[in-house]
Amino acid sequence: MNFMTHLDLSFPAQLSLALLPDLLLMGGAMILLLWAAWRPESARHQRSVGAACLGLIVLTTIAIGWFMYRHVTATPGPIAVDRFRWIADLVLLLGTAGTIALSMDYNEREGIFAPESHVLILLATSGMMLLAAARDLMIVFLGIETMSVATYVLAGMNRRSPRSAEAAMKYFLLGAFSTAFLLYGMALVYGATGATNLSVIGDRVMRFGLTTSPLLLTGIALMLVGFGFKVAAAPFHMWAPDVYEGAPTPITGYMAAAVKAAAFAAFLRIWYEAFTPVYASWHNAVWWLAAVTMAVGNIIALRQRDLKRLLAYSSIAHAGYLLVALTVNSPAGSEAFLFYAFVYTIATMGSFAVVVALGDPGERSLNVDDYAGLWTVRPWLAVAMAVFMLALLGFPVFGGAGFFAKWYVIRAALQAPSPHWKLAVILVLTSVISAGYYLYVVMVMFMRPRVASAAIPARSRGLTGFVIAASAVLLIVLGFFPERLVRLTEGSAPYGALTVPATSSAVPLPSLPPARR
Amino acid sequence: MLLQHEVSAAAHPLAGTVVEWLWLLPLLPLLGFVINGLLSLVPATVLGPGDPDMAHGADGAHGEAGHGVAVHAHETADEHGAHGDDHHPVVRHRFAWLASIVGPAVLAIAFGLAVAMFFAMRGAGGGEMHAPFVQRYFSWMPAGTFHLDAAFQLDQLSMLMVLVITGVGTLIHLFSIGYMQDDPGYPRFFAYLNLFVAFMLVLVLGANYPVLFVGWEGVGLCSYLLIGFWFSEKANADAGKKAFIVNRIGDFGLLIAMFLLFANLGTLDFVAVNENVTRLAFGGPLITTICLFMFLGCTGKSAQIPLYIWLPDAMAGPTPVSALIHAATMVTAGVYLIARSSVLFSMAPVAGLTVTVIGALTAIFAATIGLKQWDIKKVLAYSTVSQLGYMFMGVGSGAYVAGVFHLATHAFFKALLFLGSGSVIFAMHAAYHHTGSHEDAQDMRNMGGLAPYMRVTWILMWIATLAIAGVPFFAGFFSKDEILGSLFLRAHDSTLADARWLGIPGSAVLYGAYALGLAAALLTAIYMTRMMIYTFHGPNRTGEKERDHLHEAPWIMTGPLVVLGILSAVGGWLNLPAITSFLGPVGALDRWLEPVVGESALRVTNGVAPEATHSTELALVGGAVAIALLGIIIAAVRLKPARLVPKAQSPEEHGIERVLANKYYVDEAYDRVVVEPTVGLSRGVLWKGIDQGIIDNVLVNGSARLARGFSSLGSWVQSGQIGTYAWVLVIGVLAVLGAFTIR
Repeated sequence: MNFMTHLDLSFPAQLSLALLPDLLLMGGAMILLLWAAWRPESARHQRSVGAACLGLIVLTTIAIGWFMYRHVTATPGPIAVDRFRWIADLVLLLGTAGTIALSMDYNEREGIFAPESHVLILLATSGMMLLAAARDLMIVFLGIETMSVATYVLAGMNRRSPRSAEAAMKYFLLGAFSTAFLLYGMALVYGATGATNLSVIGDRVMRFGLTTSPLLLTGIALMLVGFGFKVAAAPFHMWAPDVYEGAPTPITGYMAAAVKAAAFAAFLRIWYEAFTPVYASWHNAVWWLAAVTMAVGNIIALRQRDLKRLLAYSSIAHAGYLLVALTVNSPAGSEAFLFYAFVYTIATMGSFAVVVALGDPGERSLNVDDYAGLWTVRPWLAVAMAVFMLALLGFPVFGGAGFFAKWYVIRAALQAPSPHWKLAVILVLTSVISAGYYLYVVMVMFMRPRVASAAIPARSRGLTGFVIAASAVLLIVLGFFPERLVRLTEGSAPYGALTVPATSSAVPLPSLPPARR
Repeated sequence: MLLQHEVSAAAHPLAGTVVEWLWLLPLLPLLGFVINGLLSLVPATVLGPGDPDMAHGADGAHGEAGHGVAVHAHETADEHGAHGDDHHPVVRHRFAWLASIVGPAVLAIAFGLAVAMFFAMRGAGGGEMHAPFVQRYFSWMPAGTFHLDAAFQLDQLSMLMVLVITGVGTLIHLFSIGYMQDDPGYPRFFAYLNLFVAFMLVLVLGANYPVLFVGWEGVGLCSYLLIGFWFSEKANADAGKKAFIVNRIGDFGLLIAMFLLFANLGTLDFVAVNENVTRLAFGGPLITTICLFMFLGCTGKSAQIPLYIWLPDAMAGPTPVSALIHAATMVTAGVYLIARSSVLFSMAPVAGLTVTVIGALTAIFAATIGLKQWDIKKVLAYSTVSQLGYMFMGVGSGAYVAGVFHLATHAFFKALLFLGSGSVIFAMHAAYHHTGSHEDAQDMRNMGGLAPYMRVTWILMWIATLAIAGVPFFAGFFSKDEILGSLFLRAHDSTLADARWLGIPGSAVLYGAYALGLAAALLTAIYMTRMMIYTFHGPNRTGEKERDHLHEAPWIMTGPLVVLGILSAVGGWLNLPAITSFLGPVGALDRWLEPVVGESALRVTNGVAPEATHSTELALVGGAVAIALLGIIIAAVRLKPARLVPKAQSPEEHGIERVLANKYYVDEAYDRVVVEPTVGLSRGVLWKGIDQGIIDNVLVNGSARLARGFSSLGSWVQSGQIGTYAWVLVIGVLAVLGAFTIR
């Protein structure tokens, strides 16, 4: 078989090749970090570092494109080489590029001179890409920590703002707390199965009849808690609103979009590849997690008048929708997840870009009422924000692809081997509730008169404007031609979703006693 | 144009002829609607001449020159409009001239096209052509096994209807040019009128029930728009709403009939329905139910008991509208529908008897009300209801040609009567406006002795009156006589006579209907003569000053009257009975419509065409003529116009007169029994109780309050204290672990 299109991951060289995009990003980020620290801090330097970071993202994207174009495959191993990984990577890089672009404008306006912040974003992203690729619990943990540590720092980037510092502190404390649960869960799963490789875990669960093993189930439950924290699923969501509110706005967008998508990618892969055999056991818990998250996120969002908090709760609600795709546990579910993550990332980046554009220096004007009559002073900004809100709501046509994202999740839920129609009903009902705050924003922008004393917001800076326009256009276009993206996600389920491989040559089986039955 | 012919359509004898332009027929008035509608959007009104008579002062159409002079003496500062029903200032639309070209022109072209089609049809065999010419345009509603095309069809029945609609329509459009000249909504009026004709043509050309229904609803819409044309007066707007709502009840019936047809036959195409309907049991409950629901639709659109109440109120619209929509065309749609569905009705004798009974009752009932109305248009409105009853007696008893024949002649003479009354009202209004009087221009008590002032209108309206009364050799004589004769013959031998209706033998029902028809004919002659005498004869009661301003309408209004007068006089030649074979060819319409309704008519009469002996026929005709003359004589002898006083000084009526003048209090009874309970229920229970109380308060606001309550709870837990967060996290962990123990 051709060495360039089929990788044998047992060879270190070929394993490294499989990690090429991740290594490219990591290595590039290290070099940029040195360069960023090399020269004295200045606006100009910060801008050039940001531009270089964007360039590096483009390079990484090209590398990913090459893998996708050549349809590279690999033997089972610690790293996945499949479409699920590549599409997830593209979603993450899209979110990262948007964040860096926004940060470049934002840092300048807020008087933050920290060129290394852009590079930190890249480092967090490389952790995320590891998450999307990981087929081994150890690599999952590595990715999560790489991502999290960088994000803790990013949340406290604005050192002069006490709120930013508070956010970073809270995020770090609670994050550490939950990481403990995650790690403990992994340890228990290893204890039950003797493996950290996902497919091997699934394989052994089946082979040795571990589906009722308390050790394994406790491990899965604790891992669920850990991931529930990372994706901000209720009741593990408490950190999100405070952290989102305090962090610099572009970083909030980054957390809401990219961090969540990356954690979900690993979450989904683990549950699909390793835990499918114990579906009956975890199904209930995930079902309730999804339902509660959808309800809590949407209902509490109704009361929010600070736009960043509102979007924080909105992102909690969306974690609930994505959990539905995970609960389904079918190839359609993972396809729906990728489509949803793509659309959600664009819409979230877009709406945070609008918040950045309208936030005066010092992060004021973040109340929804500050948006009153926006239509009369910055019509295009109002239209774009309306598109993002409608996309998050899942409104057809004007919300672009947002409608199809929800539609595919609902379809996956209803067409699953065991249809989850109750969950679909909850999804639709909570979406109706969500209209209460999404449409409120739209109403305020278009129907409320502008407060006479309110200053006309300054024109958006170039990169911010570009992110807003590109996001809105992309959403609308995808809303008219969703098939393009659908075809990309088709057949992109992780390996283990359909069948658990019978044998795995990559990791030798430990000599466990034969099945007890 | 996207034309998808059926395979058979290409082989149709009409293929390749002018009939291929069928689609153009409704499109022409639709084009007129678009143009006039756009014009009406231009808010360009200009102050018209101070006096409307200035426009026709020059056309020389005044009855007497002296009046013209007298009129011109007053054209100084009077800024009030002349016609219609209220005192608008004379503001004319800037593009009125364009609307008065476009509006009638599209109709005239459509009429020309229809005439060309008629000759093409005659050339292709006319009465021998048995399959309709069907044109399919696009697939309208494909849903599973249900396929429905947007398709038109032309057969002999549609052809007749198209000729009547476009012909009479053109004349009424021309009349409107004069009648509406000073209305600021002039282009809007023509836009609605054009739209109406377009929908009416869709109604009669549709090749299946749903296309017919589109036209059916479309004309209903236009009727609503035109009744409320002067919507700034609440009464007019209310009348429009009443017409619309009452018609909804009927439409509900028609929809049910369509659903039943589709559920049982799997198709709604006229051709396919007619082919398949014989699968159903003859006289069975299913076919009877379908026909009765369909007839419910007809009672709405064609103003029969119990849904006739909207038509008299519809007189609130401009008089040309009353003539076109509420006399000549739209209200006959029910008659057309039954003739079109003749195969269905011929299969259901009980339904046929029901139609006949309702028709007979409506005819006599409306005629008695017509006896005591003072508003000239109200007399004609009840007369229309009554005459529609005759048509239903015809089509109900299986005499489809007779019903359609009366439809055509009625279109002529009733349009003439309405336009004539319009001419009278026009004159009265002009007179009252000159003196600033606010008397009622439509009340006959304010008229009297108008004949010398408006000779043309007077003569023509007498022609129409003789026609509707059934005086020999005028149009109505032949058609009404044919209906009554058919009833008499079918009472003797037909499937209807053999059936039982509510336990009564069918033949008794038909004889009873015949008797009611004769009685209604007597009343018709009486109330029409009364109307003529009170309007045109005896002393004038308009008022001393106003009298000088009475004058004939301009030629653009009298011209169409003359044409309609000729048609009312000779319309009977369409279908001469055998007894008058000396006048010309006998039964032309019978032969023309034979391919459409012949089979059904034969089924009703047990397969043999009913033939009356010469003496029977002579007796029937003689009786009818005697009754018509008797009615005229009674009215002429008994009525004393000299004793009438103007409306303002008239005493209250008493006894039966008062009951009749108040239309048997049917409107009040409906109000009490149907409207008030419905409104009360809607307001008290549905609105305040269910909508405001349960839906708004409990469900909508309640769920919002509930959500907000939970929201506050959540915000309260979200205290910002990291210790709280950690505790919640731990509770979550316990919950997740618990969930794993549940299977």
